[in-house]
Amino acid sequence: MVDAVLPADAVVVARLRARDETMFAALIDAWSPGMVRAARAFVADDHTAQDVVQEAWLGVLRGIDGFQERSSLRTWVYRIVVNKAKTRGVRDARTVPASSLGLDDGPTVDPARFRGADDPYPGHWRSFPPAWPSPEDDAVAGETRRQLAAALAGLPDRQRVVVTLRDVSGHSSEEVCEMLSISAANQRVLLHRGRAALRATLEQHWIKEAMA
Amino acid sequence: MNCDEFVELVTAYLEGALPLETEQRFVEHLAECDGCDRYLEQIRATVDALGHLPAQRLAPEARDRLLAAFRDWPAG
Ligand SMILES: [Zn+2]
Repeated sequence: MVDAVLPADAVVVARLRARDETMFAALIDAWSPGMVRAARAFVADDHTAQDVVQEAWLGVLRGIDGFQERSSLRTWVYRIVVNKAKTRGVRDARTVPASSLGLDDGPTVDPARFRGADDPYPGHWRSFPPAWPSPEDDAVAGETRRQLAAALAGLPDRQRVVVTLRDVSGHSSEEVCEMLSISAANQRVLLHRGRAALRATLEQHWIKEAMA
Repeated sequence: MNCDEFVELVTAYLEGALPLETEQRFVEHLAECDGCDRYLEQIRATVDALGHLPAQRLAPEARDRLLAAFRDWPAG
């Protein structure tokens, strides 16, 4: 996410407070796509995600006159999205605490991929991960994005939210910890497990394609 | 360092969150293990592709409604 077209936070905030509609429109256009994606990580369907983002922008209007520049404007706006999304969190309702399912511990790569204790090289790859086709090929890049979008939707809730905010929307770890009120260590575990699962999905896909 | 340990440290490595001594062992292993080099490269490729997922646009009607709300918003 590059906000190259937007001026510095202080300028944006001053113009919003002066009710500069052009500024508001520019902000909506620049940030809404990422906000819809972030909202979608919490709620069950696209329609609800759209609603959440609209509500969030109204929340921005209500709050902008009192906005204290303690965080960046973008982080503050996303925090509003996260809070609105959580109140609609259809997915939250069916969330079982991840730890009870053992989702947050155990290896992220199938232990069968590594040599056993009786091998001269225990813990090393039995065979290396196979190479993937080049992402410079447009068809490969498109298929990669399709596979990833589906796999992301299937991740456990907390992993999906963290991976979406970090890798899809491009927030820093500090921003994500602040938005979700989680520790840096917790955030890293969720990110790691999510990324490893997505990589494994792509690997399975390309292995299947190679055999087809 | 073994490969099964390496794969669990890639995110901490990319975040710059490994203790110095562990990072040194990680980088040493990376230099001598083609399998882990590829694993790390595939994690990077996955992260890169996630950053290029198609945007989900705000519906034009929603945008219009927000601009109308902004216009009617009382000055602070
Ligand atoms: Zn290795």
